[in-house]
Amino acid sequence: MQALGGVDLSAPAGTVLGLLGPNGAGKTTAVRILTTLLPADGGRARVAGIDVAAEASLLRRRIGLAGQYAAVDENLTGFENLQMVGQLYHLPKGEPKARATELLERFDLEEAGGRLVRTYSGGMRRRLDLAAALVARPPVLFLDEPTTGLDPRSRIGLWETIEGRVAEGTTVLLTTQYLDEADRLADRISVIDHGRVIAEGSADELKDQVGGEALVVTLESAAAAEAAIAALADLCSAPPERDGSVLRVPVAERKGTIAAAVQRLNDAGVGIDDISMHRPTLDDVFLKLTGHAAEAEAEGEGDGDG
Amino acid sequence: MSGTAISDTLVLAKRNFLRIARAPDLLLAFTVQPIMFVLLFAYVFGGAIPTPGHSYINFLIPGILVQTMAFGGFVTAMGIAEDLRKGLVDRFRSLPMARSAVLAGRTLSDIVTNGISITVMLVVGVIIGFGFESPFLHVVFGILLLLLFGYAFSWVFAFIGLTSSSPEAAQSLGFIIIFPLTFVSSAFVPPETMPAALQWFAEWNPFSITVNAIRALFIGDPAGNTIWGAIAWSIGIATVFGVLAVARYKRAVVR
Repeated sequence: MQALGGVDLSAPAGTVLGLLGPNGAGKTTAVRILTTLLPADGGRARVAGIDVAAEASLLRRRIGLAGQYAAVDENLTGFENLQMVGQLYHLPKGEPKARATELLERFDLEEAGGRLVRTYSGGMRRRLDLAAALVARPPVLFLDEPTTGLDPRSRIGLWETIEGRVAEGTTVLLTTQYLDEADRLADRISVIDHGRVIAEGSADELKDQVGGEALVVTLESAAAAEAAIAALADLCSAPPERDGSVLRVPVAERKGTIAAAVQRLNDAGVGIDDISMHRPTLDDVFLKLTGHAAEAEAEGEGDGDG
Repeated sequence: MSGTAISDTLVLAKRNFLRIARAPDLLLAFTVQPIMFVLLFAYVFGGAIPTPGHSYINFLIPGILVQTMAFGGFVTAMGIAEDLRKGLVDRFRSLPMARSAVLAGRTLSDIVTNGISITVMLVVGVIIGFGFESPFLHVVFGILLLLLFGYAFSWVFAFIGLTSSSPEAAQSLGFIIIFPLTFVSSAFVPPETMPAALQWFAEWNPFSITVNAIRALFIGDPAGNTIWGAIAWSIGIATVFGVLAVARYKRAVVR
Protein backbone atom coordinates (compact mmCIF):
# COMPACT_ATOMS: atom_id res chain seq x y z
CA MET A 1 0.00 0.00 0.00
CA GLN A 2 1.32 3.40 -0.91
CA ALA A 3 0.95 5.86 1.95
CA LEU A 4 2.70 8.76 0.27
CA GLY A 5 2.39 9.68 -3.40
CA GLY A 6 3.61 13.14 -4.22
CA VAL A 7 5.09 14.89 -1.24
CA ASP A 8 7.53 17.73 -1.73
CA LEU A 9 8.33 19.64 1.45
CA SER A 10 10.86 22.24 2.41
CA ALA A 11 11.37 24.42 5.45
CA PRO A 12 14.02 27.14 5.87
CA ALA A 13 16.02 26.92 9.11
CA GLY A 14 14.33 28.54 12.09
CA THR A 15 10.78 28.28 10.74
CA VAL A 16 7.79 26.05 11.36
CA LEU A 17 6.44 23.93 8.53
CA GLY A 18 2.94 22.71 9.22
CA LEU A 19 1.75 19.44 7.71
CA LEU A 20 -2.00 19.62 7.84
CA GLY A 21 -4.37 16.82 7.01
CA PRO A 22 -6.89 14.35 8.39
CA ASN A 23 -5.98 10.98 9.95
CA GLY A 24 -4.75 8.56 7.33
CA ALA A 25 -3.49 11.39 5.08
CA GLY A 26 0.14 10.26 5.41
CA LYS A 27 1.43 12.82 7.90
CA THR A 28 2.88 10.29 10.35
CA THR A 29 4.40 8.30 7.49
CA ALA A 30 6.18 11.46 6.30
CA VAL A 31 7.51 12.12 9.82
CA ARG A 32 8.66 8.51 10.16
CA ILE A 33 10.58 8.71 6.91
CA LEU A 34 12.20 12.00 7.87
CA THR A 35 13.17 10.72 11.33
CA THR A 36 14.72 7.52 9.88
CA LEU A 37 12.06 5.25 11.39
CA LEU A 38 10.83 4.03 8.00
CA PRO A 39 12.75 3.70 4.75
CA ALA A 40 11.19 5.48 1.76
CA ASP A 41 10.56 3.38 -1.34
CA GLY A 42 11.76 6.25 -3.48
CA GLY A 43 12.62 9.91 -3.47
CA ARG A 44 15.18 11.84 -1.47
CA ALA A 45 15.07 13.85 1.71
CA ARG A 46 17.59 16.03 3.53
CA VAL A 47 17.13 17.18 7.11
CA ALA A 48 19.56 19.72 8.60
CA GLY A 49 21.59 19.22 5.43
CA ILE A 50 21.93 15.47 6.08
CA ASP A 51 20.66 12.81 3.70
CA VAL A 52 17.98 10.82 5.56
CA ALA A 53 18.67 7.47 3.93
CA ALA A 54 22.46 7.56 3.48
CA GLU A 55 23.45 9.16 6.79
CA ALA A 56 20.70 8.02 9.13
CA SER A 57 22.90 7.54 12.18
CA LEU A 58 24.45 10.99 11.77
CA LEU A 59 21.01 12.53 11.38
CA ARG A 60 19.71 10.96 14.60
CA ARG A 61 22.13 13.16 16.57
CA ARG A 62 20.56 16.29 15.11
CA ILE A 63 16.83 15.66 15.48
CA GLY A 64 14.27 15.42 18.25
CA LEU A 65 10.95 13.62 17.94
CA ALA A 66 7.86 14.12 20.05
CA GLY A 67 4.42 13.06 19.18
CA GLN A 68 0.93 11.87 19.74
CA TYR A 69 2.08 8.81 21.67
CA ALA A 70 3.80 10.73 24.49
CA ALA A 71 6.62 8.23 24.44
CA VAL A 72 7.85 8.38 28.01
CA ASP A 73 8.39 5.50 30.40
CA GLU A 74 5.59 5.39 32.94
CA ASN A 75 7.63 3.47 35.48
CA LEU A 76 10.44 6.00 35.61
CA THR A 77 10.30 9.45 37.15
CA GLY A 78 10.28 12.51 34.92
CA PHE A 79 13.91 13.13 35.84
CA GLU A 80 14.94 9.56 35.05
CA ASN A 81 13.22 9.70 31.68
CA LEU A 82 15.14 12.79 30.63
CA GLN A 83 18.39 11.49 32.07
CA MET A 84 17.99 8.21 30.16
CA VAL A 85 17.37 10.05 26.89
CA GLY A 86 20.47 12.20 27.50
CA GLN A 87 22.55 9.08 28.09
CA LEU A 88 21.24 7.50 24.90
CA TYR A 89 22.17 10.66 22.96
CA HIS A 90 25.66 10.04 24.41
CA LEU A 91 25.91 13.46 25.99
CA PRO A 92 29.16 14.00 27.91
CA LYS A 93 29.34 12.73 31.49
CA GLY A 94 27.29 14.82 33.91
CA GLU A 95 25.39 16.50 31.09
CA PRO A 96 22.34 14.17 31.11
CA LYS A 97 21.64 15.06 34.75
CA ALA A 98 22.21 18.77 34.20
CA ARG A 99 19.96 18.83 31.13
CA ALA A 100 17.24 16.88 32.92
CA THR A 101 17.19 19.37 35.78
CA GLU A 102 17.22 22.33 33.41
CA LEU A 103 14.42 21.01 31.21
CA LEU A 104 12.18 20.01 34.12
CA GLU A 105 12.48 23.56 35.37
CA ARG A 106 11.79 25.09 31.98
CA PHE A 107 8.73 22.88 31.37
CA ASP A 108 7.27 23.61 34.76
CA LEU A 109 7.76 20.03 35.92
CA GLU A 110 10.24 20.80 38.68
CA GLU A 111 8.03 19.52 41.48
CA ALA A 112 6.79 16.52 39.53
CA GLY A 113 10.30 15.56 38.39
CA GLY A 114 10.81 13.06 41.20
CA ARG A 115 7.44 11.37 40.73
CA LEU A 116 6.72 8.36 38.55
CA VAL A 117 5.30 9.40 35.17
CA ARG A 118 2.29 7.14 35.65
CA THR A 119 1.00 9.71 38.14
CA TYR A 120 1.22 12.54 35.55
CA SER A 121 -1.71 14.15 33.76
CA GLY A 122 -1.95 14.02 29.97
CA GLY A 123 -0.65 17.56 29.62
CA MET A 124 2.33 16.85 31.89
CA ARG A 125 3.23 13.76 29.87
CA ARG A 126 3.19 15.75 26.65
CA ARG A 127 5.41 18.40 28.18
CA LEU A 128 7.83 15.73 29.36
CA ASP A 129 7.73 14.11 25.91
CA LEU A 130 8.57 17.45 24.31
CA ALA A 131 11.33 18.03 26.88
CA ALA A 132 12.77 14.60 26.00
CA ALA A 133 12.88 15.61 22.34
CA LEU A 134 14.89 18.71 23.31
CA VAL A 135 17.48 17.02 25.53
CA ALA A 136 20.28 17.14 22.93
CA ARG A 137 19.34 20.66 21.74
CA PRO A 138 18.49 19.39 18.26
CA PRO A 139 18.40 22.00 15.49
CA VAL A 140 15.41 20.23 13.93
CA LEU A 141 12.35 19.16 15.88
CA PHE A 142 9.58 16.85 14.65
CA LEU A 143 6.26 17.20 16.40
CA ASP A 144 3.71 14.62 15.32
CA GLU A 145 0.30 15.86 16.42
CA PRO A 146 1.70 17.25 19.66
CA THR A 147 -1.62 18.38 21.11
CA THR A 148 -3.99 15.61 19.99
CA GLY A 149 -6.15 14.66 22.94
CA LEU A 150 -5.08 17.56 25.17
CA ASP A 151 -7.46 19.89 26.97
CA PRO A 152 -7.59 23.48 25.66
CA ARG A 153 -5.44 24.94 28.43
CA SER A 154 -2.67 22.38 28.01
CA ARG A 155 -2.79 22.95 24.25
CA ILE A 156 -2.17 26.65 24.61
CA GLY A 157 0.63 26.02 27.08
CA LEU A 158 2.30 23.61 24.67
CA TRP A 159 1.88 26.07 21.80
CA GLU A 160 3.67 28.73 23.82
CA THR A 161 6.50 26.33 24.56
CA ILE A 162 6.88 25.45 20.88
CA GLU A 163 6.87 29.13 19.95
CA GLY A 164 9.66 29.66 22.48
CA ARG A 165 11.85 26.96 20.86
CA VAL A 166 11.27 28.46 17.42
CA ALA A 167 12.22 31.91 18.68
CA GLU A 168 15.53 30.39 19.74
CA GLY A 169 16.17 29.21 16.19
CA THR A 170 14.86 25.63 16.14
CA THR A 171 13.36 24.44 12.85
CA VAL A 172 10.10 22.58 13.40
CA LEU A 173 8.07 20.19 11.32
CA LEU A 174 4.64 20.03 12.88
CA THR A 175 1.88 17.68 11.82
CA THR A 176 -1.63 18.41 12.92
CA GLN A 177 -5.23 17.78 12.07
CA TYR A 178 -6.23 20.96 13.87
CA LEU A 179 -6.54 23.92 11.58
CA ASP A 180 -6.22 26.50 14.33
CA GLU A 181 -2.98 24.89 15.43
CA ALA A 182 -1.41 25.18 11.97
CA ASP A 183 -2.77 28.71 11.70
CA ARG A 184 -1.15 29.74 14.95
CA LEU A 185 2.23 27.98 14.77
CA ALA A 186 3.19 27.39 11.17
CA ASP A 187 5.01 29.85 8.90
CA ARG A 188 4.26 27.66 5.90
CA ILE A 189 1.56 25.03 5.63
CA SER A 190 1.43 22.00 3.37
CA VAL A 191 -2.05 20.56 3.15
CA ILE A 192 -1.84 16.81 2.69
CA ASP A 193 -4.60 14.39 1.76
CA HIS A 194 -4.38 10.75 0.63
CA GLY A 195 -0.59 10.91 0.63
CA ARG A 196 -0.31 13.96 -1.63
CA VAL A 197 0.38 17.62 -0.98
CA ILE A 198 -2.67 19.37 -2.37
CA ALA A 199 -1.82 22.94 -1.41
CA GLU A 200 1.11 24.84 -0.02
CA GLY A 201 1.62 28.36 1.28
CA SER A 202 1.31 30.60 4.30
CA ALA A 203 -2.00 30.56 6.15
CA ASP A 204 -2.94 33.85 4.46
CA GLU A 205 -2.07 32.57 1.00
CA LEU A 206 -4.17 29.48 1.52
CA LYS A 207 -7.08 31.60 2.69
CA ASP A 208 -6.78 33.82 -0.34
CA GLN A 209 -7.15 30.73 -2.50
CA VAL A 210 -10.69 30.26 -1.25
CA GLY A 211 -11.72 33.80 -2.04
CA GLY A 212 -10.49 36.16 0.65
CA GLU A 213 -12.78 38.21 2.83
CA ALA A 214 -16.51 38.57 2.92
CA LEU A 215 -18.93 40.95 4.55
CA VAL A 216 -21.74 39.12 6.31
CA VAL A 217 -24.91 41.14 6.87
CA THR A 218 -27.99 39.95 8.72
CA LEU A 219 -31.01 42.04 7.72
CA GLU A 220 -33.94 42.91 9.95
CA SER A 221 -36.25 41.71 7.21
CA ALA A 222 -35.62 39.24 4.42
CA ALA A 223 -37.89 41.34 2.21
CA ALA A 224 -35.22 44.08 2.08
CA ALA A 225 -32.61 41.77 0.57
CA GLU A 226 -32.93 43.03 -3.00
CA ALA A 227 -32.61 46.66 -1.84
CA ALA A 228 -29.58 45.77 0.28
CA ILE A 229 -27.81 43.97 -2.59
CA ALA A 230 -28.41 47.00 -4.82
CA ALA A 231 -27.05 49.36 -2.14
CA LEU A 232 -23.89 47.29 -1.65
CA ALA A 233 -23.27 46.66 -5.36
CA ASP A 234 -20.19 48.90 -5.61
CA LEU A 235 -18.47 47.14 -2.65
CA CYS A 236 -18.78 43.63 -4.13
CA SER A 237 -15.81 41.84 -5.62
CA ALA A 238 -18.03 38.92 -6.67
CA PRO A 239 -21.79 38.28 -6.77
CA PRO A 240 -23.26 38.17 -3.22
CA GLU A 241 -24.86 35.01 -1.83
CA ARG A 242 -28.17 35.14 -0.05
CA ASP A 243 -29.56 32.79 2.58
CA GLY A 244 -32.89 34.13 3.90
CA SER A 245 -32.10 37.37 5.67
CA VAL A 246 -28.31 36.73 5.70
CA LEU A 247 -26.22 38.19 2.89
CA ARG A 248 -22.66 37.14 2.21
CA VAL A 249 -20.88 39.77 0.14
CA PRO A 250 -17.32 39.01 -1.06
CA VAL A 251 -15.25 42.20 -0.81
CA ALA A 252 -11.84 43.19 -2.10
CA GLU A 253 -10.85 45.46 0.77
CA ARG A 254 -11.21 44.93 4.52
CA LYS A 255 -10.42 48.45 5.69
CA GLY A 256 -13.43 50.78 6.03
CA THR A 257 -15.78 48.26 4.49
CA ILE A 258 -18.13 47.93 7.47
CA ALA A 259 -18.51 51.72 7.86
CA ALA A 260 -19.13 52.16 4.14
CA ALA A 261 -21.67 49.33 4.10
CA VAL A 262 -23.55 50.65 7.13
CA GLN A 263 -23.77 54.13 5.56
CA ARG A 264 -25.06 52.78 2.21
CA LEU A 265 -27.64 50.53 3.87
CA ASN A 266 -28.84 53.43 6.10
CA ASP A 267 -29.15 55.69 3.04
CA ALA A 268 -31.22 52.97 1.34
CA GLY A 269 -33.41 52.62 4.45
CA VAL A 270 -32.47 48.94 5.03
CA GLY A 271 -32.53 47.82 8.69
CA ILE A 272 -29.47 45.85 9.89
CA ASP A 273 -29.61 43.23 12.64
CA ASP A 274 -25.92 42.29 12.53
CA ILE A 275 -22.89 43.02 10.37
CA SER A 276 -19.37 41.57 10.42
CA MET A 277 -16.31 40.74 8.35
CA HIS A 278 -15.63 37.07 7.79
CA ARG A 279 -12.12 35.83 7.15
CA PRO A 280 -12.00 32.30 5.73
CA THR A 281 -10.68 29.72 8.20
CA LEU A 282 -8.44 26.85 7.26
CA ASP A 283 -11.59 24.75 7.56
CA ASP A 284 -12.93 26.60 4.54
CA VAL A 285 -9.62 25.97 2.79
CA PHE A 286 -9.70 22.27 3.49
CA LEU A 287 -13.31 21.91 2.45
CA LYS A 288 -12.67 23.74 -0.79
CA LEU A 289 -9.48 21.82 -1.64
CA THR A 290 -10.56 18.31 -0.75
CA GLY A 291 -14.31 18.40 -0.94
CA HIS A 292 -14.52 17.09 2.63
CA ALA A 293 -14.07 18.63 6.03
CA ALA A 294 -10.80 17.98 7.83
CA GLU A 295 -11.90 17.18 11.33
CA ALA A 296 -15.09 15.23 10.64
CA GLU A 297 -13.13 12.53 8.84
CA ALA A 298 -10.50 12.53 11.52
CA GLU A 299 -13.11 11.59 14.09
CA GLY A 300 -14.42 8.77 11.93
CA GLU A 301 -11.10 6.92 11.67
CA GLY A 302 -9.11 7.62 14.79
CA ASP A 303 -6.65 4.76 14.51
CA GLY A 304 -3.83 7.21 14.90
CA ASP A 305 -2.12 6.04 11.71
CA GLY A 306 -1.89 9.48 10.17
CA MET B 1 29.85 -4.86 20.32
CA SER B 2 31.17 -1.33 20.37
CA GLY B 3 31.57 0.72 23.54
CA THR B 4 28.41 2.70 22.95
CA ALA B 5 26.43 -0.48 22.29
CA ILE B 6 27.48 -1.78 25.71
CA SER B 7 26.75 1.47 27.55
CA ASP B 8 23.38 1.86 25.77
CA THR B 9 22.50 -1.72 26.73
CA LEU B 10 23.37 -1.05 30.37
CA VAL B 11 21.28 2.15 30.41
CA LEU B 12 18.27 0.16 29.20
CA ALA B 13 18.91 -2.81 31.48
CA LYS B 14 18.89 -0.40 34.41
CA ARG B 15 15.58 0.95 33.22
CA ASN B 16 14.12 -2.58 33.27
CA PHE B 17 15.34 -3.21 36.83
CA LEU B 18 13.85 0.05 38.05
CA ARG B 19 10.55 -1.09 36.58
CA ILE B 20 10.67 -4.35 38.51
CA ALA B 21 11.68 -2.60 41.72
CA ARG B 22 8.75 -0.18 41.37
CA ALA B 23 6.09 -2.65 40.40
CA PRO B 24 7.10 -5.58 42.58
CA ASP B 25 4.05 -7.60 41.50
CA LEU B 26 6.25 -8.69 38.60
CA LEU B 27 8.61 -10.25 41.14
CA LEU B 28 5.95 -12.83 41.96
CA ALA B 29 6.55 -14.33 38.53
CA PHE B 30 10.20 -14.99 39.36
CA THR B 31 9.72 -16.19 42.92
CA VAL B 32 6.30 -17.44 43.94
CA GLN B 33 5.43 -19.06 40.60
CA PRO B 34 8.54 -21.31 40.52
CA ILE B 35 7.96 -22.31 44.16
CA MET B 36 4.38 -23.19 43.29
CA PHE B 37 5.50 -25.36 40.38
CA VAL B 38 8.07 -27.21 42.46
CA LEU B 39 5.58 -27.96 45.21
CA LEU B 40 2.75 -28.94 42.86
CA PHE B 41 4.81 -31.32 40.79
CA ALA B 42 6.66 -32.80 43.73
CA TYR B 43 3.57 -33.53 45.79
CA VAL B 44 0.76 -33.94 43.23
CA PHE B 45 2.51 -35.92 40.49
CA GLY B 46 5.55 -37.08 42.40
CA GLY B 47 3.96 -40.17 43.88
CA ALA B 48 2.48 -41.31 40.57
CA ILE B 49 5.50 -41.01 38.27
CA PRO B 50 8.16 -43.70 38.67
CA THR B 51 11.68 -42.43 37.95
CA PRO B 52 14.10 -45.34 38.14
CA GLY B 53 17.43 -44.51 39.71
CA HIS B 54 16.36 -41.22 41.32
CA SER B 55 13.84 -39.88 43.76
CA TYR B 56 11.16 -37.89 41.92
CA ILE B 57 12.30 -34.64 43.49
CA ASN B 58 15.85 -35.17 42.17
CA PHE B 59 14.42 -36.04 38.76
CA LEU B 60 12.06 -33.08 38.82
CA ILE B 61 14.29 -30.16 39.87
CA PRO B 62 16.50 -30.13 36.73
CA GLY B 63 13.39 -30.37 34.53
CA ILE B 64 11.49 -27.65 36.26
CA LEU B 65 14.55 -25.37 36.30
CA VAL B 66 14.88 -25.69 32.52
CA GLN B 67 11.16 -25.02 32.09
CA THR B 68 11.42 -21.91 34.25
CA MET B 69 14.35 -20.67 32.18
CA ALA B 70 12.38 -21.15 28.99
CA PHE B 71 9.53 -19.04 30.35
CA GLY B 72 11.75 -16.45 32.02
CA GLY B 73 11.90 -14.34 28.89
CA PHE B 74 8.18 -13.59 28.88
CA VAL B 75 8.98 -10.35 30.70
CA THR B 76 10.99 -9.38 27.64
CA ALA B 77 8.11 -10.17 25.28
CA MET B 78 5.63 -8.18 27.33
CA GLY B 79 8.02 -5.30 27.89
CA ILE B 80 8.86 -4.97 24.22
CA ALA B 81 5.24 -5.23 23.13
CA GLU B 82 4.41 -2.54 25.67
CA ASP B 83 7.23 -0.26 24.48
CA LEU B 84 5.99 -0.68 20.93
CA ARG B 85 2.43 0.18 21.84
CA LYS B 86 3.40 3.22 23.88
CA GLY B 87 5.66 4.63 21.15
CA LEU B 88 8.85 4.23 23.18
CA VAL B 89 10.35 2.11 20.44
CA ASP B 90 9.77 5.01 18.03
CA ARG B 91 11.62 7.31 20.40
CA PHE B 92 14.51 4.88 20.91
CA ARG B 93 14.82 4.32 17.18
CA SER B 94 15.01 8.06 16.56
CA LEU B 95 17.94 8.35 19.00
CA PRO B 96 21.59 7.88 17.97
CA MET B 97 21.86 4.71 20.07
CA ALA B 98 22.90 1.17 19.13
CA ARG B 99 20.20 -0.67 17.18
CA SER B 100 20.66 -3.77 19.32
CA ALA B 101 20.56 -2.01 22.71
CA VAL B 102 16.82 -2.13 23.48
CA LEU B 103 16.67 -5.87 22.92
CA ALA B 104 20.05 -6.57 24.48
CA GLY B 105 19.05 -4.53 27.56
CA ARG B 106 15.89 -6.61 27.92
CA THR B 107 17.58 -9.96 27.53
CA LEU B 108 20.38 -8.91 29.87
CA SER B 109 17.95 -8.08 32.66
CA ASP B 110 16.28 -11.47 32.09
CA ILE B 111 19.58 -13.14 33.08
CA VAL B 112 19.36 -11.48 36.49
CA THR B 113 15.70 -12.37 37.07
CA ASN B 114 16.39 -15.92 35.88
CA GLY B 115 19.21 -16.05 38.42
CA ILE B 116 16.75 -15.06 41.13
CA SER B 117 14.36 -17.82 40.03
CA ILE B 118 17.12 -20.48 40.04
CA THR B 119 18.18 -19.50 43.55
CA VAL B 120 14.63 -19.58 44.90
CA MET B 121 13.87 -22.94 43.31
CA LEU B 122 17.07 -24.60 44.50
CA VAL B 123 16.47 -23.41 48.05
CA VAL B 124 12.90 -24.71 48.03
CA GLY B 125 14.06 -27.90 46.32
CA VAL B 126 16.69 -28.57 48.99
CA ILE B 127 14.13 -27.90 51.73
CA ILE B 128 11.81 -30.59 50.34
CA GLY B 129 14.57 -33.13 49.79
CA PHE B 130 16.55 -32.34 46.66
CA GLY B 131 20.23 -33.21 46.85
CA PHE B 132 23.06 -32.70 44.38
CA GLU B 133 24.81 -35.95 43.41
CA SER B 134 27.75 -34.39 41.61
CA PRO B 135 30.91 -32.31 42.26
CA PHE B 136 30.58 -28.62 43.07
CA LEU B 137 32.15 -27.47 39.79
CA HIS B 138 29.56 -29.46 37.82
CA VAL B 139 26.81 -27.72 39.73
CA VAL B 140 28.29 -24.30 38.94
CA PHE B 141 28.61 -25.23 35.29
CA GLY B 142 25.02 -26.47 35.29
CA ILE B 143 23.76 -23.14 36.63
CA LEU B 144 25.69 -21.29 33.90
CA LEU B 145 24.15 -23.61 31.31
CA LEU B 146 20.69 -22.86 32.68
CA LEU B 147 21.34 -19.11 32.37
CA LEU B 148 22.62 -19.57 28.81
CA PHE B 149 19.51 -21.56 27.88
CA GLY B 150 17.29 -18.88 29.45
CA TYR B 151 19.16 -16.17 27.56
CA ALA B 152 18.54 -17.98 24.27
CA PHE B 153 14.81 -18.11 24.96
CA SER B 154 14.79 -14.43 25.89
CA TRP B 155 15.65 -13.76 22.24
CA VAL B 156 12.77 -16.02 21.16
CA PHE B 157 10.52 -13.92 23.39
CA ALA B 158 12.04 -10.68 22.07
CA PHE B 159 11.02 -11.77 18.60
CA ILE B 160 7.55 -12.75 19.84
CA GLY B 161 7.19 -9.35 21.52
CA LEU B 162 8.06 -7.54 18.33
CA THR B 163 5.57 -9.55 16.27
CA SER B 164 2.63 -9.37 18.69
CA SER B 165 -0.09 -6.77 18.58
CA SER B 166 -0.17 -6.27 22.37
CA PRO B 167 1.55 -7.38 25.58
CA GLU B 168 -1.34 -9.76 26.28
CA ALA B 169 -1.03 -11.34 22.83
CA ALA B 170 2.72 -11.68 23.31
CA GLN B 171 2.20 -13.52 26.56
CA SER B 172 -0.31 -15.99 25.21
CA LEU B 173 1.62 -16.56 21.98
CA GLY B 174 4.73 -17.33 24.01
CA PHE B 175 2.74 -19.68 26.21
CA ILE B 176 1.25 -21.53 23.24
CA ILE B 177 4.64 -22.05 21.62
CA ILE B 178 6.67 -22.98 24.67
CA PHE B 179 4.23 -24.92 26.84
CA PRO B 180 4.00 -28.00 24.55
CA LEU B 181 7.75 -27.95 24.01
CA THR B 182 8.38 -28.17 27.74
CA PHE B 183 5.81 -30.87 28.41
CA VAL B 184 6.63 -33.15 25.48
CA SER B 185 10.11 -33.55 26.86
CA SER B 186 11.99 -35.43 29.53
CA ALA B 187 11.37 -32.60 32.01
CA PHE B 188 8.55 -34.14 34.08
CA VAL B 189 8.20 -37.76 33.02
CA PRO B 190 10.57 -40.27 31.45
CA PRO B 191 9.83 -40.12 27.66
CA GLU B 192 9.71 -43.96 27.49
CA THR B 193 6.19 -43.75 28.87
CA MET B 194 4.91 -41.63 25.93
CA PRO B 195 3.38 -42.81 22.61
CA ALA B 196 6.01 -43.46 19.93
CA ALA B 197 5.63 -40.19 18.01
CA LEU B 198 5.78 -38.04 21.12
CA GLN B 199 8.65 -40.10 22.41
CA TRP B 200 10.62 -39.40 19.22
CA PHE B 201 9.84 -35.71 19.56
CA ALA B 202 10.70 -35.68 23.25
CA GLU B 203 14.08 -37.23 22.60
CA TRP B 204 15.10 -34.64 19.97
CA ASN B 205 13.51 -31.71 21.74
CA PRO B 206 16.16 -29.16 22.81
CA PHE B 207 14.37 -28.99 26.17
CA SER B 208 15.00 -32.68 26.76
CA ILE B 209 18.61 -32.40 25.71
CA THR B 210 19.10 -29.47 28.09
CA VAL B 211 17.21 -31.21 30.91
CA ASN B 212 19.36 -34.30 30.44
CA ALA B 213 22.49 -32.15 30.47
CA ILE B 214 21.40 -30.54 33.74
CA ARG B 215 20.64 -33.98 35.20
CA ALA B 216 24.15 -35.05 34.25
CA LEU B 217 25.62 -31.98 35.94
CA PHE B 218 23.37 -31.95 39.03
CA ILE B 219 22.53 -35.58 39.80
CA GLY B 220 25.27 -37.47 37.97
CA ASP B 221 23.32 -39.03 35.07
CA PRO B 222 25.49 -40.16 32.18
CA ALA B 223 26.22 -37.02 30.12
CA GLY B 224 26.70 -38.50 26.66
CA ASN B 225 26.50 -35.67 24.13
CA THR B 226 23.84 -33.80 26.05
CA ILE B 227 26.04 -31.02 27.49
CA TRP B 228 27.55 -30.10 24.15
CA GLY B 229 24.16 -30.56 22.53
CA ALA B 230 22.54 -28.19 25.04
CA ILE B 231 25.24 -25.55 24.53
CA ALA B 232 24.92 -25.84 20.74
CA TRP B 233 21.12 -25.56 20.85
CA SER B 234 21.29 -22.51 23.14
CA ILE B 235 23.83 -20.70 20.97
CA GLY B 236 21.95 -21.64 17.82
CA ILE B 237 18.59 -20.43 19.17
CA ALA B 238 20.12 -17.20 20.50
CA THR B 239 21.83 -16.50 17.19
CA VAL B 240 18.87 -17.22 14.92
CA PHE B 241 16.33 -15.35 17.04
CA GLY B 242 18.81 -12.57 17.82
CA VAL B 243 19.24 -11.88 14.12
CA LEU B 244 15.50 -12.18 13.45
CA ALA B 245 14.58 -9.92 16.38
CA VAL B 246 17.10 -7.17 15.57
CA ALA B 247 16.00 -7.18 11.91
CA ARG B 248 12.41 -6.90 13.04
CA TYR B 249 13.25 -4.15 15.53
CA LYS B 250 14.87 -2.02 12.83
CA ARG B 251 11.52 -1.74 11.08
CA ALA B 252 9.24 -1.69 14.11
CA VAL B 253 6.93 1.28 14.57
CA VAL B 254 3.88 1.94 16.71
CA ARG B 255 0.91 -0.15 15.70
